[in-house]
Amino acid sequence: MAHEKTEYRPYLEPKGLYNWFWTVDHKRIGLMYLYSILIFFLLAGLCALGVRAELFYPGEQIVDHHGYNVLFTLHGAMMVFLFIVPGIPATLGNFLLPLMIGAKDVAFPRLNILSFWVYLLGAIVVLGSLVGPPGSSWLDTGWTFYTPYSIDSSTGVIPVTLGAFILGFASILTGMNFIVTIHRMRAPGMTWHRMPLFVWSLYSASLIQVLATPVIAITLLLLIMERVLGIGIFDAGMGGDPVLFENMFWFYSHPVVYIMILPAMGVVAEILPVFARKPIFGYRAIAYSSLAIALVSFFVWGHHLFVSGMSNWSRWIFSLLTFAVAIPTAIKVFNWIGTLYKGSVSFESPMLYACGFIFLFTIAGLTGLPLATLATDVHLHDTYFVVAHFHYTMQGGTVVALVGGLHFWWPKMYGRMFNEKMAQVGFWTLFIGFNATFIPQFIMGYQGMPRRYADYLGEFHDMHFLSSVGAMVNGLAYFIIFGNLIWAVFKGKRAAANPYGSLSLEWQTPSPPPLTNFDEIPTVTDWTYGYGDQQKA
Amino acid sequence: MFNHKDAPDGTFFNFHKEPPLVAYEFFKLGMWIFLATEVLFFGGLFAAYFIMKFKWPEIFSLGSAQLSIPLGATNTVILLASSFTMALGVDAAQRKDKGRLVTMLALTFLGACGFLVIKYIEWSGKISHGILPGSDVFFSVYYMTTGLHLIHVLIGMYYIGLMFFRALQGRYTDEGSSHAGVEVGGLYWHLVDIIWIFLFPLLYLLGAH
Repeated sequence: MAHEKTEYRPYLEPKGLYNWFWTVDHKRIGLMYLYSILIFFLLAGLCALGVRAELFYPGEQIVDHHGYNVLFTLHGAMMVFLFIVPGIPATLGNFLLPLMIGAKDVAFPRLNILSFWVYLLGAIVVLGSLVGPPGSSWLDTGWTFYTPYSIDSSTGVIPVTLGAFILGFASILTGMNFIVTIHRMRAPGMTWHRMPLFVWSLYSASLIQVLATPVIAITLLLLIMERVLGIGIFDAGMGGDPVLFENMFWFYSHPVVYIMILPAMGVVAEILPVFARKPIFGYRAIAYSSLAIALVSFFVWGHHLFVSGMSNWSRWIFSLLTFAVAIPTAIKVFNWIGTLYKGSVSFESPMLYACGFIFLFTIAGLTGLPLATLATDVHLHDTYFVVAHFHYTMQGGTVVALVGGLHFWWPKMYGRMFNEKMAQVGFWTLFIGFNATFIPQFIMGYQGMPRRYADYLGEFHDMHFLSSVGAMVNGLAYFIIFGNLIWAVFKGKRAAANPYGSLSLEWQTPSPPPLTNFDEIPTVTDWTYGYGDQQKA
Repeated sequence: MFNHKDAPDGTFFNFHKEPPLVAYEFFKLGMWIFLATEVLFFGGLFAAYFIMKFKWPEIFSLGSAQLSIPLGATNTVILLASSFTMALGVDAAQRKDKGRLVTMLALTFLGACGFLVIKYIEWSGKISHGILPGSDVFFSVYYMTTGLHLIHVLIGMYYIGLMFFRALQGRYTDEGSSHAGVEVGGLYWHLVDIIWIFLFPLLYLLGAH
């Protein structure tokens, strides 16, 4: 691309607090979101290490039982609401969406920065629950705030739920912005079926963000009102229905796991063809299966309530619908593998993460099936099997894809290369640590170890010990990974504009991109996956 | 498709200048998506209403009988009328008729004020009889639904007031200006109206009158 007309100036300049504070640039907002969510990832991760440290041995080790409840509650609440929901869309999504469709910014740049400030406000309100004595005011309800305990608990239910309510606005603003951007701001020639699959996955995730988040808003508002005014809608003593809370909570919180995982799938679909040097296999199947997952996700929440009191008919239908999610998900996995088949695969670090994602996410998906099956779920419900299952989706899926995506696009974001050797060391540490943490949890969950207990019987000691050792390795991995990435920002080698030879639009502009992304809005003539037949590009 | 005429300098006050036609398309789609979130938000509340009504039909029947149908019906008419004047305002903005736009926005605002007055009479009457949120499940649902609707009316009134002063300055009708603001304001106001259209029969009419 020609750069004679305007002098190239990367978006990271001008520096200075004022320029960051008032920025409406989607790339800077993406980075600000990234820094914020990583801080909460660190805090929530330390809580998890606290939980695992307590469980090295049976009996009370480092915290009392209330302290243990606080640790897993803070871990869950911060990971879900502050880290993983904004996770990929608000960071990589914000940064890449306009670049990928050939636009200069998102449709509503000012709503975009508003989303970030609202997110920070919500985060501060959540952390406000930590003001006050830990023994009586730190939240211990679990991140799900199940009634009736969340009505009776003396701890900080209101600040955390109010914070989550506020965070919902940030999520909705991002989703709405993305949908309008994708509909209205694609570059000339960028038809729907030429869009990168990451954009398709963001579109599907945005639909869920927009349609599911309002329901958690009203649910949490009713819970807050329950505590403030005693309205009784969730209080059986006043004629209300605690199971109604569970239904409304999961009507949001199940679709929300697809807000987390869909963009992760999109990241993988971007990385695979670049390192297999082959066009993506089954483009339309992958694109439409994202939409299918988004659609079906709204009708499966009942599988969280199989043992909460539910009619047999509902159970059958929810079980069947839950199995239906496996279809579009499997379509994606088969197409990714089809992409690798007979490709010239090279295992650089982003590709390692993408393949790690496929491996771990497949385990996550398959272990979901016994949980969707009514008879086995009665046995497995509320055991470590469930914990292991959703950590394979959330960490093995979303976080691995996020970290892989960060490695893939780091040279785009900062114009610097990280140390490839260290990145591979980081990946394998993570892979080994993660599996060592959660494979034992599958086993002891199957044997009947219930989740959320601060203590356990001696027979589970070996598995718990192994899991705790794994968790420490897992934690260490993130220090290696992010240490390497942060080092790259300051000391890394200058990256070429397109170090991986990718064909998609975000790589056809300098790294880091200028403020307006492109000197001229590009005209698109082909899809972005023409590897093999277009090597010259 | 879309092409920014001026390069944005990337800060809040001067990010990019869209041609009015494009802004119009953006705002309308954005507002429709926002309205979808509102429908889901109240949808959760309506779900709670139906579950509670199914569980306690007598409480709902008796509670509903204590509401005044004339007052509720009057408010329905007022809100429908204000929606009508809002629609006429959007039409005036499309025709670049500043005088009529200002008049219609003022009438819409007056309608909203009338709604508030009647709502005040209803709520204060209930409260003076000691009927509060938590008195029974019907009135909990009643206060939650009408209260959240009321908040939406207040937000609408703020925006209608804002539009009124902007319309006086000619921000929607001057040469080269965009009336997208009025259009999305109208959409929002119709949503506030339509939620009430559902609330009125559910709360007032399905009782043992």
